[in-house]
Amino acid sequence: MRLGEIITAGVLALLSIYMMFKSTELNIGYVRGEGPGGGFWPFWLSALMLISTGWIAFNWYRRTSPPSQSDEPVLDEYGWKMLFLVGGSILVFVGLIPVISMYGAIAVFLIYYLKFLGRHSWPLTLVLAIGLPIGFFFFFEGVMRITMPKGLSFTEPFFNVLYDIIY
Amino acid sequence: MDILGHLADGMLLSIQPLNLLLITIGVTVGLFIGAMPGLGSVNGVAILLPVTFLVPPGSAIIFLAAIYYGAMYGGAISSVTLGIPGASTAVATTFDGRPLALQGRAGLALVCAAIASFIGGTVANILFTLFAPLLASVALSFGPPEIFALMLLAFATFVGLGGDDIPKTILSICMGLVFAAVGFDQVSGAPRLILFNINGFLHGINFLVLAIGVYGIGEMLWTIYSTRGEITSTKAEISAAQIGRDAKECMQRGWKGTTIGSLLGFFVGVLPAAGATPGSLMSYGVTKMLSKNPKEFGKGHPAGVCAPEAANNSASTGAMLPMLTLGIPGSPTTAVLLGGMVIWGLTPGPRLFVEQSDFVWGLIGSFYVSNLAAVIINLAFIPLFIWMLRMPFTVLAPLIFVLSVIGGYAAMRDMHDLWLMVAFGAGAFFLRRFDYPLAPAVLAIVLGPIAEPTLRQSLLLSSGDPTIFVTRPVAGPITVIAIVLILLPALKFFRKGKPAPAE
Repeated sequence: MRLGEIITAGVLALLSIYMMFKSTELNIGYVRGEGPGGGFWPFWLSALMLISTGWIAFNWYRRTSPPSQSDEPVLDEYGWKMLFLVGGSILVFVGLIPVISMYGAIAVFLIYYLKFLGRHSWPLTLVLAIGLPIGFFFFFEGVMRITMPKGLSFTEPFFNVLYDIIY
Repeated sequence: MDILGHLADGMLLSIQPLNLLLITIGVTVGLFIGAMPGLGSVNGVAILLPVTFLVPPGSAIIFLAAIYYGAMYGGAISSVTLGIPGASTAVATTFDGRPLALQGRAGLALVCAAIASFIGGTVANILFTLFAPLLASVALSFGPPEIFALMLLAFATFVGLGGDDIPKTILSICMGLVFAAVGFDQVSGAPRLILFNINGFLHGINFLVLAIGVYGIGEMLWTIYSTRGEITSTKAEISAAQIGRDAKECMQRGWKGTTIGSLLGFFVGVLPAAGATPGSLMSYGVTKMLSKNPKEFGKGHPAGVCAPEAANNSASTGAMLPMLTLGIPGSPTTAVLLGGMVIWGLTPGPRLFVEQSDFVWGLIGSFYVSNLAAVIINLAFIPLFIWMLRMPFTVLAPLIFVLSVIGGYAAMRDMHDLWLMVAFGAGAFFLRRFDYPLAPAVLAIVLGPIAEPTLRQSLLLSSGDPTIFVTRPVAGPITVIAIVLILLPALKFFRKGKPAPAE
């Protein structure tokens, strides 16, 4: 944790410097007749972020914050495994949306999570994994008129059937 | 007495069978739209606007106002049960509503939300009925320096009384404010902070992307990690007797928050360009500031639910005031309502009260009826929401992830936002591990678009002289209180001579 604390502060300091740098693309000072320039607000706030990271590093040096006193690892074996299985599945879920559509990706994600992580029965898994995307389809496309990504062209026949029901 | 006569006529109009039916449907639809992450009252009102052309204008605005009310109640439901704010107005409800749900006290949080919303709505209705024209003129006297001072006060309550690590809190606030500045400079129109030159940043970072990333993904990963995935279900139980006991506890522990939320929320709602979101966040901050036990906030204090919920309902009524009396919308939803009124051939402004007195008083009457309908319908649905919480965690968790992704997309309809949301979720998980408070960042991204233009306009007014914030009669005291709050940790440090021991 102690090493992690200072690395996190360092990453945030780099982010602050990058945002200060990006802010300078617009005027960061006072423009007569126009008020503060477009870069003024984000530049000085990023500078304040940088000062805060310095303060966090100082507290780390003095060992006053709880993480800077702790010798335990940032994440144990369970933590990394959980991050890989759950966090990784969310990444795959989002990555599948442009390929098999929002609704298809929801179905695949639910099957993975409910059956393989949750170890629920097939009937429950299939009811939720098929029923929920169809319910969402009618709610978003039919009622709210919000179009979700439909994926590649091979999904068209499925959606044509559903659109026939709406229209 | 004139006012009471008009109000009685308005109420009679709003309980006519057609109007009463529209109120019931509107409140129920609003409740579910508000509870859906990514959709808020503005979506409901905008989508159902064309439907209202089928009924007379008086009934149409009553229907839309009922949706507006329902959505304000509904926002709290997903904040409490899922931990994801259903709309920006319900962000502050998550701070204490979610911890209460995790303690198995979701019923208390939902009852508090319903009762506080009802009281907030009722107080706002009374203030609206009695002081509409007067308050509209006071609100107009609030210029950019006064509004910026109010924003400063909201941030100061987090720094001075957050109880968290000070530099980490300041960093969190600044990060939220900088994220809010991504996109286009509002004054010059030039692209600004297009991070890594990715085009997706051109439309800015929507607050929902950060809020859902932090609460829907980061917080959920954290819950799974910290409980070792051993949550099978929460202990939430509900019955009529339990609702009664929760209502009693809510009144005992939440009355102060409800009162502050009702009054402060209404006034912030009345201010042009402010609305229910800053109203609810500020009420939360002020209630925490005035509480005897500010450290209990964020861990599941009923007042932490009552204050923002009373405020967002109160502010949503308050936001109608400048719309009706001056023709200036106080929030995005009222802007859509204003558009509807113009389509129906009504001209909002001072003459509306004289020329369309039946319409105005019918609407005001419907506020009272909608508010009552909303609390009854909301309380009736609480068992359903509690039932959702009793699902096994391995069913609830994927459903929350799915709602997060679909809600994150529905807000801006851009895949870039989904990737950003996942990145925020992962970042939030690790920052949470190192004790960085993330609520201030969410607060900041919501208030940033109000704070920055008001600061720039103020400095333009004063030719760059920052003393404008302390020399004006209203802005001055607010700024001084904010500065004292920011310096409070330093004052404590000098009094004790050493920093507070780490927990």
